[in-house]
Amino acid sequence: MTGATAIDVSGLTKSFGGRTVVDDVALRVAGGEIAGFLGPNGSGKTTCIRMICGLLTPDAGSGTVLGLDVRRQQRQIRRQVGYMTQKFSFYEDLSIEENLAFVAGLYGLPRQAVRDTLEDLGLTSRKTQLAGSLSGGWKQRLALAACIMHQPRLLLLDEPTAGVDPMARRQFWDEIHARALGGMTVLVSTHYMDEAERCHRINYIAYGRLVVSGTVAEVIAGARLVTLTVQSARPGELAERLRKAPGVGQVEPFGTALHVTGTDRTRLEAALEAEGVTGHPVETSLEDVFIRLMELSEDNMR
Amino acid sequence: MSFSPTRLRALLRKEFIQMRRDRVTFAMMLGVPIMQLLLFGYAINSDPRDMPTALVAPVQDRFSRSIAAALENSGYYRITHPAAGIAEAERLITRGEVSFVVTVPADFGRRMQQGDRPQILVEADGSDPSATSGAIAALARLAEGAFRRDLPAEPASGTPEIVTHRRYNPEGITQYNIVPGLLGVILQMTMVMMTAMALTREIERGTMENLLAMPATPAEIMIGKITPFLTVGAVQVLVILGAAWAIFDVPFVGSLGLLLAGVMVFVLALVLLGYLISTAARTQMQAMQIAIFVFLPSVLLSGFMFPFRGMPGWAQAIGEVLPVTHLLRLVRAVMLKGAGFADVVPQFAALSVMVAVLGALALLRFRRTLD
Repeated sequence: MTGATAIDVSGLTKSFGGRTVVDDVALRVAGGEIAGFLGPNGSGKTTCIRMICGLLTPDAGSGTVLGLDVRRQQRQIRRQVGYMTQKFSFYEDLSIEENLAFVAGLYGLPRQAVRDTLEDLGLTSRKTQLAGSLSGGWKQRLALAACIMHQPRLLLLDEPTAGVDPMARRQFWDEIHARALGGMTVLVSTHYMDEAERCHRINYIAYGRLVVSGTVAEVIAGARLVTLTVQSARPGELAERLRKAPGVGQVEPFGTALHVTGTDRTRLEAALEAEGVTGHPVETSLEDVFIRLMELSEDNMR
Repeated sequence: MSFSPTRLRALLRKEFIQMRRDRVTFAMMLGVPIMQLLLFGYAINSDPRDMPTALVAPVQDRFSRSIAAALENSGYYRITHPAAGIAEAERLITRGEVSFVVTVPADFGRRMQQGDRPQILVEADGSDPSATSGAIAALARLAEGAFRRDLPAEPASGTPEIVTHRRYNPEGITQYNIVPGLLGVILQMTMVMMTAMALTREIERGTMENLLAMPATPAEIMIGKITPFLTVGAVQVLVILGAAWAIFDVPFVGSLGLLLAGVMVFVLALVLLGYLISTAARTQMQAMQIAIFVFLPSVLLSGFMFPFRGMPGWAQAIGEVLPVTHLLRLVRAVMLKGAGFADVVPQFAALSVMVAVLGALALLRFRRTLD
């Protein structure tokens, strides 16, 4: 499947009760790619993912998922897609093994698939434990196991690592990368910048509209932002004043330093000079880019 | 902290907003009292009148006509089958199509003219004692007054003697009626309520999204959900029947197999009704409320608590679409009257139609997506 387009949809639109949640979104994900899906809360990421896996019918738009029509072949799409929901959605009153056996049964997989999956994801030692008594990290591992057991060609992950410790997150991402190497395409939504940077390409959505997509480097370059770092003994007060200065976009404290970001280097340096400090250029962070994008989208909405 | 009217106002406002947003609860709060008022006020009549009666009179003469007129004038009897044969009358009362069979012997007229005391036999369906007790009590007055006035005053006319016979339940023991009825009502309560939560539980726990994302068809999900409850229902049936037999000494004259078959069709209708509720409700609480909403008429309008024939037409019409109404008829007919399959075909047919309609509606209502 690597190479062929896994997701190719355009014009996706969905509204609930007169409120447009997803507005004319086009999304292309190549086969074998790990695509990041980013955007503020309520920007329509979950709705998009649900439309892609056939859980919601788009009001408008068309396209294909794994070569299948996203509007008419929802059933076939579901068979080949693994979808990990944002909220843990397996049965808390069933054990790990029972949950997996249930899923295996629905996909018509042999019992051996359950044993293999338990082994693969290191769940064997806990297989008789009730899902409800698992910690966040283990729940997430169970959910991942359940969605990849049937060897889907496309994996949709909706904020899979929310509330999971760094160790478990790293293991999770290693697992995702291993699957992608095996040819599985992954679309993952996240709020974490470090996770966004682990993706081959990222797609940023705000207020239901796709704002930008590309590799991390492309997205950062495309934002045309300048970031300067300033050392200060009293960074809090300096930040207060800088935020009101012309030409200054964002001021973010990093310990005793401040990261000052703006669109125009000359004006930014002038603002710092007025405060009697000098800045050194640093790389603009993805977070700064996203916050800028969010502000731009907000302006567009008004 | 001291009492703050401001805080109280904020709390009240929030509670009222939430109450208004929860449409189902709001509708229940207004709907249930109105429904109860209407039911108790108009539908319930523990002294039903105009009950269907078959008249078995081999000789149709002025005597038999006078008796029919006297019975109808009492208000309790309505002669629906004025010239029934003995076998036909037997069938009618077994099936519950008539509540009374009045037999006027062939020699009644002759013996009246001879100044004798000829007998009239009134057989009442005692399987629901409260429904027929008023009509039986009225017979005594008829014998004394009405018959005499109605029967042609002739020289040397005799006085008829009325013999009453409560069929199926000669002592008028109410448990005989209540216990089989409880079978239906208890099943209705538990089955509908349990299945009503089947899907809403999935929705509330967030597992529905996952279930829908996996390849399972609506029919598979439905059958998967209702089958465990069918099993629970079967166990309940055995427990209730066992208790009826062991504790309440309810006589059991009919076929156990036929009874169980009928009850299981009923249980199937109930779990499908519960499942249908489940497809419509958003939360378990709503599902529970709708289940209770359906439960009330099932107790009040099915003939369980109050005689079916005592209800006005509209209430009987509602009763006819409730599964429990048909189950009660079936159970009384089979358990107490020993009815065979041919006698309860209408009940089987009604319950089967309900199963088909409820199953089809549930599948139509089932949302395959989260739209």
